[in-house]
Amino acid sequence: MIIQQISVFLENRAGRTAEVAKILAEANIDIQAYNIAESNDFGVFRLIVSDTEGAVIALKKAGLAVVLTTVLSASCPNTPGSLTKILDVLAGKSISVDYMYSYIHGDANQAIIRTKDIEACQAALIAAGIA
Amino acid sequence: MIFNPEKECMSREDLRKLQSERLVKIVKHAYDNVPMYKERMDALGVKPEDIKSIDDIVKLPFTTKKDLRDFYPDKLFAVPRSEIVRFHASSGTTGKPIVAGYTAHDVENWAEGVARCLAAGGMSKEDTIQVSYGYGLFTGGLGAHDGATKLGAAVLPTSAGNTAKQIMLMEDLQSTGLCCTPSYALFLAEEIEKEGKKDAVKLKSGFFGAEPWTEGMRKELEAKLGIKAYDLYGLTEISGPGVGGECECQNGTHLWEDMFYPEIINPETGEQLPDGVEGELVFTTLDKWGMPMLRYRTRDLTHLIHEKCECGRTLCRMGRILGRTDDMLIIRGVNVFPSQVESILLEIPEFQGQYYITVDRVNNVDTFDIDVELREEYYSDDIAAMNKLADKLVGRIVSVIGIKPKIHIVEPGSITRSMGKAKHVTDNRKFK
Repeated sequence: MIIQQISVFLENRAGRTAEVAKILAEANIDIQAYNIAESNDFGVFRLIVSDTEGAVIALKKAGLAVVLTTVLSASCPNTPGSLTKILDVLAGKSISVDYMYSYIHGDANQAIIRTKDIEACQAALIAAGIA
Repeated sequence: MIFNPEKECMSREDLRKLQSERLVKIVKHAYDNVPMYKERMDALGVKPEDIKSIDDIVKLPFTTKKDLRDFYPDKLFAVPRSEIVRFHASSGTTGKPIVAGYTAHDVENWAEGVARCLAAGGMSKEDTIQVSYGYGLFTGGLGAHDGATKLGAAVLPTSAGNTAKQIMLMEDLQSTGLCCTPSYALFLAEEIEKEGKKDAVKLKSGFFGAEPWTEGMRKELEAKLGIKAYDLYGLTEISGPGVGGECECQNGTHLWEDMFYPEIINPETGEQLPDGVEGELVFTTLDKWGMPMLRYRTRDLTHLIHEKCECGRTLCRMGRILGRTDDMLIIRGVNVFPSQVESILLEIPEFQGQYYITVDRVNNVDTFDIDVELREEYYSDDIAAMNKLADKLVGRIVSVIGIKPKIHIVEPGSITRSMGKAKHVTDNRKFK
């Protein structure tokens, strides 16, 4: 399933991540998955939330640089070999992964995948009976 | 429009005559009434009678900012206190400010200078000029105010700050002219853009000064505000804004040299330099009586052009101010002007013009760090792309300035926007 991830640009300063979490908490928005990618001076805080639109409004209002990024959420059952299966499909189609992380949604384990061509990635996984 | 064609377009020959007459009078006035000038001229063996024409100006001693501090607050005044009608004071970053005193005649001349600048930038009595320079001791607000009044325009004296109200009044009263610092103009432009009011604002001309700015910043201000942006040059020591201003040709800042006589000197030797050669700008006030200044060293670096301008004015022009002798940073032995960083930033479309330089010395090596902001649309999920932009900027700075900075991309809006003169540098090095 193609979903929208929120990416927030943050300087590497103590308390910046806390600030984002607080804004979302005050807007009563649930964070379902997150991941922080870091560079020298800044990082990108990536989030999957319960109310994407509301989160973007709240974060922008606080003056933060926020963008939406299209990612793929694929089912990745909590059993040995599930991840291999997904990655084999992508490798077979020469799709390279920019980054990925996982989260548990209810009972189901989900893999969040970011690639240059999300549509192709989704098609490949559907054809293989995943996604 | 030319506000005072008789003066602004006078023949160079008549101008020289006028300058010579005025110099003779003002030197005598300074010598007779200001002990510092008497002492300094006596020390050089120069008497007022030795000054017969404008060429004799090189015989006179220089005046510096330090003199204005040392003779604080009014020891350089040349008239009785009863003749003074106005005081201004410049922002002193260290210790006491410098104070300027004006006679009624001085205030008139100052307003004339500003009125010439506003007219040269297309303003007339039909216009509404919003003065967003600070009002008070700073010469910006009241100087621009008096000039716009002299021109017969309607003044909207908003002063600096309270940006939302500035924009509301700008829209509701249809301001056509704007006077403020270029950095505040940029801030206003960003806010106007954010509020989606670009089309509602009817500005035609902007008059920006009190801090050095660049061609890149001009382009940006013109595009963002839909205006023509003109340099409005001046300094408190000489009067205030309106010592000179640009005409519609935007090809150098005309200096009102019938009132303020400019020279360019070699800052090391004090020797006069010819047209086109960069050096320190020096002014002698030819018709200012409250606090006459003989050969005041501005510390601004620029060059002069005496060729007649296409606009018809014969009064000379100066080039862009490259920086100030005292703004110049020496980093790893290389001369760096903050304005160079600004020009480079404005040439790269992915960056905002805002920046902040921090210089320090770690293990005996100078560090050169620059905080910059991206334009909103370039903040992304793609870390590699953002790092590539920072590398691109490093490459440009290395090729233009010659030393390698460390670039820090910071969050949008996190570099402090200034309402008055922008502060762009912190130098933490301790020199003993």
